[in-house]
Amino acid sequence: MLNFIDTVGEAVAGIKDGSTVMIGGFGNAGQPFELIDALMDCGARELTVVNNNAGQGDQGLALLIKEGRVKKMICSFPRQSDSWHFDAKYKAGEIELELVPQGNLAERIRAAGAGIGGFFTPTGYGTMLAEGKETRIIDGRGQVFETPIHADVALIKALKADGKGNLVYRKTARNFGPIMAAAAKHTIAQVSEIVPVGGLDPEVIVTPGIYVNSIVRVAGAAGTTEQVA
Amino acid sequence: MSIQTASIQTSETPLGRDDLARLVAKDIKPGSFVNLGIGQPTLVSNYLEPEQDITLHTENGMLGMGPEATGDQIDGDLINAGKIPVTELPGASYFHHADSFAIMRGGHLDICVLGAFQVSATGDLANWHTGAPDAIPAVGGAMDLATGAKDVFVMMTLLTRDGVSKLVQACTYPLTGVGCVTRVYTDKAVFLTGPDGVQVRETFGCTLEELQALVPVPLTAVPAVER
Repeated sequence: MLNFIDTVGEAVAGIKDGSTVMIGGFGNAGQPFELIDALMDCGARELTVVNNNAGQGDQGLALLIKEGRVKKMICSFPRQSDSWHFDAKYKAGEIELELVPQGNLAERIRAAGAGIGGFFTPTGYGTMLAEGKETRIIDGRGQVFETPIHADVALIKALKADGKGNLVYRKTARNFGPIMAAAAKHTIAQVSEIVPVGGLDPEVIVTPGIYVNSIVRVAGAAGTTEQVA
Repeated sequence: MSIQTASIQTSETPLGRDDLARLVAKDIKPGSFVNLGIGQPTLVSNYLEPEQDITLHTENGMLGMGPEATGDQIDGDLINAGKIPVTELPGASYFHHADSFAIMRGGHLDICVLGAFQVSATGDLANWHTGAPDAIPAVGGAMDLATGAKDVFVMMTLLTRDGVSKLVQACTYPLTGVGCVTRVYTDKAVFLTGPDGVQVRETFGCTLEELQALVPVPLTAVPAVER
């Protein structure tokens, strides 16, 4: 069931303590800042968050981490020059980290949305990130078994939605949006524009509306020039 | 000095970072699809010639990446894997992360150029983690890049600041990939790595014997016919 929702606060109101929440974005591109701020305000705790990074600067995911609302991060690259809130929590032993190579992270999310129970991949074979995992030699190459990552909720950002919930994105802000939309039980998309049914060319739709549950318009959410922090 | 040794020294002095980037750029075959890692490998893009028709991939979801954006070109929705604003070239395409890493893992990229802490004689790569107990591990796409491309080139200085060779018999830092590196471009030499050991294609500012004294791995010159 697709809902068009007036505010980001109402959109995230159903997120419960202990949820696994996927958050789209790579760096600031495609990061749904307004939905993350609303998640902060809604008070949900003990969250497992799936994102490529672990927050930057003093905004968005970094603040959720700072306030102790994130119990576990599943990500590929938590350490950045401005990831001080994650750094502090990690060093204090107050946040759990599951480190996943970026392509394995993407494929594990994709697998969840596609109903795949796992897959063998050469990425990570023979490294410490494959320790304890099943391995096989397939086509002459060592491969590691990786399992899907499911989520209760995905928060993503797209450029436009139509009245059926179909989404299009903008440039490299697409990143994790399409695969997270498919992997979560409930997908909330913030978009900068909502157009009527028939307002998007079916040939260019990236995320079909079947994967999307809630849409909230955030002015300037995409399609605007924003300085990368 | 043997005749063979003299013939592989192509420069009187070690190469600087830009000279090395120019050399890597020249070695990329026309029409290749290439991913340039963060840091020193990014310099290679400055020396690619338009007639080489190289298509750059950035793992956050784009083929046909153009130069770094400046001024009015800067667009927060258009960044590279290092989160630097970039531009798009005519013919560029965008795709989501799973597709982007399928491009990599599926062996569709011709060359990936990476930095390294260490490379072993058989092409093992260590470039993501020092293993220090207080270090926060962060891997990003390093393992995917090391594993997927048809050729993995490493660019690094041959020696650490303490004068220790980064080309080693076996890596002591945690591995990024096993047997994945095919060439190592350093300030002092270009090495070809593989299951049969290490061959030296050319040296800069030193002879093969002088190079061998720095590197704890048996070196042979690439046979002249293959150079």
